[in-house]
Amino acid sequence: MAELSGANARLSESLLDGDHAALARVITKIENRTPGYRELLAALHAETGHASVVGVTGSPGTGKSTLVDALTKQYREAGETVGVIAVDPSSPYTGGSVLGDRIRMGSTAGDMDVFVRSMSARGRLGGLSMATADAVKALDAFGKDRIIVETVGAGQNEVDIVETAETVAVVVQPGSGDDIQLLKAGILEIGDLFVVNKADKDEAAGTVADLETMIHMDASPTAGLSTGHHGPDTAEANPKGGDTGDESGWTPPVVETVATTGEGIDDLRTALDDHQQYLVDSGEAEGRRRQRAETEIRRLLRTDLGELADQVLDRHGGIERLSASVATRETDPYTVVGQLVDPIESAVEGSLDAESEASEK
Amino acid sequence: MSTDHAQRATRCLVAKVGLDGHDRGAHVIARAFRDAGFEVIYSGLHRAPEEIVQAAVQEDVDVLGISILSGAHNTLIPKVIEGLQSYDAFEDTLILVGGIVPEEDKTTLREAGVDAIFGPGTSIEETVEFVRQHAGSE
Repeated sequence: MAELSGANARLSESLLDGDHAALARVITKIENRTPGYRELLAALHAETGHASVVGVTGSPGTGKSTLVDALTKQYREAGETVGVIAVDPSSPYTGGSVLGDRIRMGSTAGDMDVFVRSMSARGRLGGLSMATADAVKALDAFGKDRIIVETVGAGQNEVDIVETAETVAVVVQPGSGDDIQLLKAGILEIGDLFVVNKADKDEAAGTVADLETMIHMDASPTAGLSTGHHGPDTAEANPKGGDTGDESGWTPPVVETVATTGEGIDDLRTALDDHQQYLVDSGEAEGRRRQRAETEIRRLLRTDLGELADQVLDRHGGIERLSASVATRETDPYTVVGQLVDPIESAVEGSLDAESEASEK
Repeated sequence: MSTDHAQRATRCLVAKVGLDGHDRGAHVIARAFRDAGFEVIYSGLHRAPEEIVQAAVQEDVDVLGISILSGAHNTLIPKVIEGLQSYDAFEDTLILVGGIVPEEDKTTLREAGVDAIFGPGTSIEETVEFVRQHAGSE
């Protein structure tokens, strides 16, 4: 890794010293992919790993931001510092966005120990999850005790984002569809716990019942028989704990809240802490940490290799020329890609051979 | 080697400060900025100067647009600017004021650090163009 530039070294030093503006600027560099941001993150990496990270996701209008606000208030009352990253969609046409989550963060406004950062999806495929994970690192290195990542929906991008969190809460609105909606992929799998917000509505009891039925159907038949304590070896078998309850000894609870009045927020905080305690006790925390590191390495590798691929394409006269010859049936896409990749493959093999020869000597 | 493409976006905070409860103008501007491809953070109504400062610092915005129709600009806007200065976030932020500002107050606000004041009748295009030309020099 290259050395930090003078300006970035000062920036990382100020961030570690607790300078809010420096933290904000580091996140901007992360978001913009400003050259040098990787060196900056590399320097901060050793300082991370202390914060507990919670992901909150759910459909628009379920009350995520208001919940996050109420939760933040509780953490602050307990003397903990909080960082919030709120992700909102951006326009696929202009790239612009209106980031409105901050409006709901009213109860701690003016308190600098709550750092709220709004992020737009910016139409970057897959890159968003990387930017979010990196921003979490910056907040962690800054010394925030609690970090909350808030994001809309349950699409692939959101699933990737919430993977940066240790504990994921899925927020559901009462009467938001029948039990078939809950069967849809993505909703149940990602939740470590479920929040039925606006629980003062009539339909709330039905939604809670639907959720609980689904969760218990999902859990393995033996899960109910165990006392809830598995050894670390069973946890190892399922380090991600992705499929709810299965083998992991954790059955996602369903918490009812009314975020606007603060009702049930205590229960939510307890459920979140229970899950984090469970992760530690079961040894799953370590597995999840490794899993996250693995995902991160793979993502970075793919990004860099993708850039290499673009360079190779440019050398061959750009994608337009190649696609034209495929469209007119002069050649086929498989041959084209083969021709592009072969020289890379032999170069990689050559350098690997040279490396192993060198290490033998 | 950092090879991933740098991607910049202009970030703007559209803020309502003080007791003024008229936010139609702020909404129109927020929408116009969004359509211009900017990332817009909207503060919501009735914010204190310290809250605006907190948001502007944490969000690291290139543009701070303050909408004010109450006549309290001479009191509130200098407080926002002082706050930004205390966090070392004044120099790199373009500060715009929109709303009703009497001619005789404009010089005072400009001297305090406001970059532009847009009164009634300003076209959306003019405001967007001003931001395009002046914002986001890192």
